[in-house]
Amino acid sequence: MRWLALPFDTFAIQLLNAVQYGLLLFLVASGLTLVFGIMGVINLAHGSFYMIGAYLAWSLAEHFGNLGIAIVVGVALSLLIGAALEWLFIRRLYDRDHLYQVLLTYGLILIVEELRSIVWGDDVHAVPVPDWLAASIPLTDTLSYPVYRLWISGVCIALAIAMAFVIQRTRIGMTIRAGASNREMAQSLGIDIRFVQLVVFAVGIALAAFAGMIAAPVSSVFPGMGNQVIIICFVVVVIGGIGSVKGALVAALLIGLVDTFGKVLELEVAGIPVLPELAGMSVYVLMAIVLLWRPEGLFGKRAP
Amino acid sequence: MSAPDKARHLRGVVAALVVLALLAAVPFGLDKFAVQFTTRVLIMALFASSLNLIVGYGGMVSLGHAAFFGVAGYVLAFAAPDYEAANLWISLALATAVAALLAAAIGALVLRTRGVYLIMVTLAFGQMLFHLFHDGSFSGGSDGRYIYVRPSANLFGWTPFDLDRHVHLYYLVLALFTLAVAGMAVMLQSPFGRALQGIRVNENRMRALGFATYRYKLVAFTLSGALAGVAGYLAALQFGVVNPEMLGWHLSGSALMMVILGGMGTLFGPALGAAVLLLMELGFQALTKHWQLLTGAVVVGVALLLPRGLAGIARLATRAADD
Amino acid sequence: MHDDTRRRLMLASAAALALPPLVARAQGTKLRLGLMLPYTGTYAQLGVAIENGLKLAVAQAGGKLGGREVEFVRVDDESDPAKATDNVNRLVTRDKVDVLIGSVHSGVVMAMVKVARETDTLLIIPNAGAGAATGALCAPNIFRTSFSNWQPAYPLGKVMIERGHRTAVFISWKYAAGEEAAAGFKEGFTAAGGKIVKELYLPFPNVEFQALLTQIASLKPDAVSCFFSGAGAVKFVKDYAAAGLKDKIPLYGVGFLTEGVLHAQGDDAEGLLTTLHYADSLDNPRNKAFRAAYTKASNNMEPDVFAVQGYDTGLLLAQALDKVKGDLSNRAAVVAALENAVVDSPRGPWKMSRAHNPIQDIYLRRAEKGVNKVVGVAWKALEDPARGCKL
Repeated sequence: MRWLALPFDTFAIQLLNAVQYGLLLFLVASGLTLVFGIMGVINLAHGSFYMIGAYLAWSLAEHFGNLGIAIVVGVALSLLIGAALEWLFIRRLYDRDHLYQVLLTYGLILIVEELRSIVWGDDVHAVPVPDWLAASIPLTDTLSYPVYRLWISGVCIALAIAMAFVIQRTRIGMTIRAGASNREMAQSLGIDIRFVQLVVFAVGIALAAFAGMIAAPVSSVFPGMGNQVIIICFVVVVIGGIGSVKGALVAALLIGLVDTFGKVLELEVAGIPVLPELAGMSVYVLMAIVLLWRPEGLFGKRAP
Repeated sequence: MSAPDKARHLRGVVAALVVLALLAAVPFGLDKFAVQFTTRVLIMALFASSLNLIVGYGGMVSLGHAAFFGVAGYVLAFAAPDYEAANLWISLALATAVAALLAAAIGALVLRTRGVYLIMVTLAFGQMLFHLFHDGSFSGGSDGRYIYVRPSANLFGWTPFDLDRHVHLYYLVLALFTLAVAGMAVMLQSPFGRALQGIRVNENRMRALGFATYRYKLVAFTLSGALAGVAGYLAALQFGVVNPEMLGWHLSGSALMMVILGGMGTLFGPALGAAVLLLMELGFQALTKHWQLLTGAVVVGVALLLPRGLAGIARLATRAADD
Repeated sequence: MHDDTRRRLMLASAAALALPPLVARAQGTKLRLGLMLPYTGTYAQLGVAIENGLKLAVAQAGGKLGGREVEFVRVDDESDPAKATDNVNRLVTRDKVDVLIGSVHSGVVMAMVKVARETDTLLIIPNAGAGAATGALCAPNIFRTSFSNWQPAYPLGKVMIERGHRTAVFISWKYAAGEEAAAGFKEGFTAAGGKIVKELYLPFPNVEFQALLTQIASLKPDAVSCFFSGAGAVKFVKDYAAAGLKDKIPLYGVGFLTEGVLHAQGDDAEGLLTTLHYADSLDNPRNKAFRAAYTKASNNMEPDVFAVQGYDTGLLLAQALDKVKGDLSNRAAVVAALENAVVDSPRGPWKMSRAHNPIQDIYLRRAEKGVNKVVGVAWKALEDPARGCKL
C-alpha cells in the first residue's frame, strides 16, 4: 500500500475546498432534508427543481438585469410550483408505501426535463456573478479563491442555522415535527395538518430552486444538471440520518472531504492504483460504511 | 384451498399456458424485428420478475438491482475469448454464480437495514459497482466491452441450437423465462415462499414465531440476484455489447417501474409491465420529440391511480366476473 | 425480313427500352436514412444540429440523393448505451434503412458499430470520436465524417511547445473520450520535446474542479492542456479563471472546450487557444455560404462544428450516391465512391483515410469576444494513425 502525502499549504487549501464543497452540498440537499427527512416523502425530482431554479435564475436575471431580484421572484415562483405539486399529487401519497413516491417523482423527473426543453431549449447558459462579489482573494502565488464561493459558504451556514432554529425552537417547527411524528395527535391539537404539509413541501421545492439559483453562477445552467446532484443529495440525507438537519450538515462536510481528497490523494494497494482512479466510488463507499455501522445514519433516531 | 380459490388457480394456469403457446408461436407469425423485440421484452420481463421476488413478495425495495444484471453481462464479456465462442452452459453458470455470490455478499450487508434506508443503501452499492466498471481500466471504461462471438451451445460435442440465429436465441430466452417463472411459482407455494410472504406482511410477528427472518430474506435476495444475473447474461448475449449503464440506477428504476406497472407481488405482473413499458416507449417515440413527457405522464398516472398495477385491473375484472 | 429475326430484334429493342425504366424503378424507391441521434438529454442540442446540417445538404442537392427521394427515419438514442443496440436494431431490422447515421455518445456508437459490422449495414458516424470505430474495429462499411479523439488533441502538443511551454498538466474526465484525447496530446507533446508532469482525471461527469485546480497551482507546470465539452467545459473555464490560474498558467484545450459554449463562458474564455477541425470564423467563401444557408434554413440558429459534421455527412452521401446513380446494391462500388469522395466542406476540402476517418486540417483558434478566431493551421492534412485497423 502506498500513499502520496500532500505538502501542508496544499493540504490546507484542499481542506478549504472540501468544506466549501460540503457546504454547497448541504445547500442543495437542504430542501430534501426537509421534505424527505421531516415529512418522510421521497422526492426523486428534487434535483429537477434544482435545475429549474438555475434556469429561473438565468432567465429572470436576464429579464431584470439583477440576480438578487431574480432570486426573490424565482423563490416566490417555486413556492407556487411546490404548493401546486403537493396539492395535485403528493398529498395523495402520504399514506402509501414509499415505493409510490419513488415512482411518481421519477415520472416528474421526465416531465420536468421535457418541459424545461420546451420552455428554455437545450442550451448551456452562464449566470454572471454579481459585481460586488466578483473579486478573488490570493492564497498562494498561483492560486486565488473566488469571493463568490466564500459567500455561498456563508449563505449555507446561515441557512443551516436558520433551519435548525426554526425546526427546533419555533412554534412552526414544533407544528411541523408534531405533524410528522403523529398526524392524529397533531390534528386533535387543532393543527391543520394538510396546510402544514402543503407549506413544508412548497418550502422544500423552493429550497431546491434557491440552491440552483445561488449555485448557478458557479455551476452554469444546463440540461440534466438535476440528475447529477439528486443521488448525492440522498446520500447526504441518509448518511446524516433522516430528519436531522445537523446530520445533513455533518454528512455534507464528510462527503466534501471524501470527494476532495479522493481526487487528489494517490493510493495503491498491491500495485493496483485505487485512488484517484476509483474516486467516483468513494462517496458510495462512505455511505455503505456508515449505514452498515449505523443503519439509521449518523444522527438518525434508532428505529423502534 | 376453497372451491373458488381452486377455480381461480385453475384459470390462472390455463391463462399462463395460453400465453406461453402464443409466445411460442411468435417466430412463426412475426418478422425478425418483432422476434428480436419480443426477445428483449422477455429478458426485461425476467429481470423485472427477479426484482418482484424481493420487492413484491419479500417487501425489500431495491434501487440497485441492475448491478447484478450488469455484472453477469460483464462476466460473459470476460469469459468470451476475442475470436472464439465461449461455452453457453459454462459461461451462463459462471455468470449466474457470480451474480448470486455478489447478491449474497451485498444482501448480507444491506439487509440489516429496511425501508427507505434499504432503498438508499442498495442504491449506494449499485452506484459503487457502476463506478467500478465505468472508471476501472479492466472493464473497458465508459465505452464498455464487446462480445465478438456469440457463445456456442456445445454440450459434450452435441450442439442443439445456434445462437447466431435469432429464432434459436428467442426460444432459449423463452425457455429460461418460463423456467424461472415456473420455479418462482413453485417456490412461492413452498414453506419457504410462504414464510417470505409472511415476512413482508409482518416481520416482527414472523420473528416471534421463531423464523430466522434475516436468513429468509438473504436467501430470497440471493435468488433474486441470480435471476437478475441470468437476465443480464442474456441481454449481453443478445446485444453483444456490455457497458457500465447496464449497472446504472436508471435501469434499476425502470425495472421497478415495470414491476409496479404490471402489479407487484403477482407472478406475471412484472412481465406484463415490461412488455407494456417497452411497447409504450416504442409508440411514444414515433409521436413526438418530447416523448418522455408522455412516458412521465403515464408513470405519474400509474403511481396515483393504479397502485396495484395492471394486474389490479385484471383482478377487479375477474372478481366482478366471479360475483 | 424473316419473321423470327424480326421478333428477336423487336425483343432486343424492347429489352433495351425496358432497361432504363428498370433502373429508374430502383432509383425511384425512396432512400431511407436512419438517424440515430440524441433528441433528449444532455446532448439533445448536438443531435438537432447534426440533423439540421444533414437536411440542409440534402435540400441543397434538390431533396434527392443520387436521383432518389430521401426519407428520414429518426430514433432518439437518449445517449444511453444500455438502449443502443435495441435502438439500432429497430432501424436496421424493422425500418430497413439503407444508411445508418449516428451518433454523439461514443458508447452508443460502439453499439452501432457492432450492429453495422454484423448486419453489413452502411454506417456513417457524424460525431463520436471513439478511436476504435476507425481503428481496431474499422470495416469497409463504416465511415466517419467528424474526427477521432486523437486527431484534434495531437497537434496541441506542438502548438504548446512552439509557445515555449516545456512542461504541462493534462486534465479531463475519466472516460474513454478523455483518455483517448490524453493519448493523442501526450504523443504530440512528447514528440515535440515536452514533458507531461501529471495527468489529472475527475470521475465523469463530476464538475467539482476546485481540488484539481489546487493541485495544478501547486504543480506549477508551464501550461495546462484539457479535454472538456458542453456544460463541464463552461464550468471548467470559469473555475480556472476564478482560481486566478488563467493569467499565471496558460490554458489550452481540444477545441470542444469553446465550441457552442463560448457565450456562456464569456470573458473567462478570452484568449484561450484551442485546436479543432473547424472554426465558426473560417474565412472562406464555402464556410460563409454554408453559415448563411444554415441560419436561414434552421430558424436563425447559428451553425457549429456539429452542424458542419452533419452537413458533410449529407455532402458525402450526395457525392457517392450520384456516382453510383442511387444504386446501393453494388456495395463495392458504393464503398469505393465513399472512399474516393472529396468533400467540399465548410471546414475545407477533405477525404477519407484508408480507415475511413477524415484526413483534415486542424486549426488553431483563439477565443476572442465570443468567436473562435482562426490563428492558423496547427497541422495540415492530419490523418489518424488508425492503429489496429486492417483495411
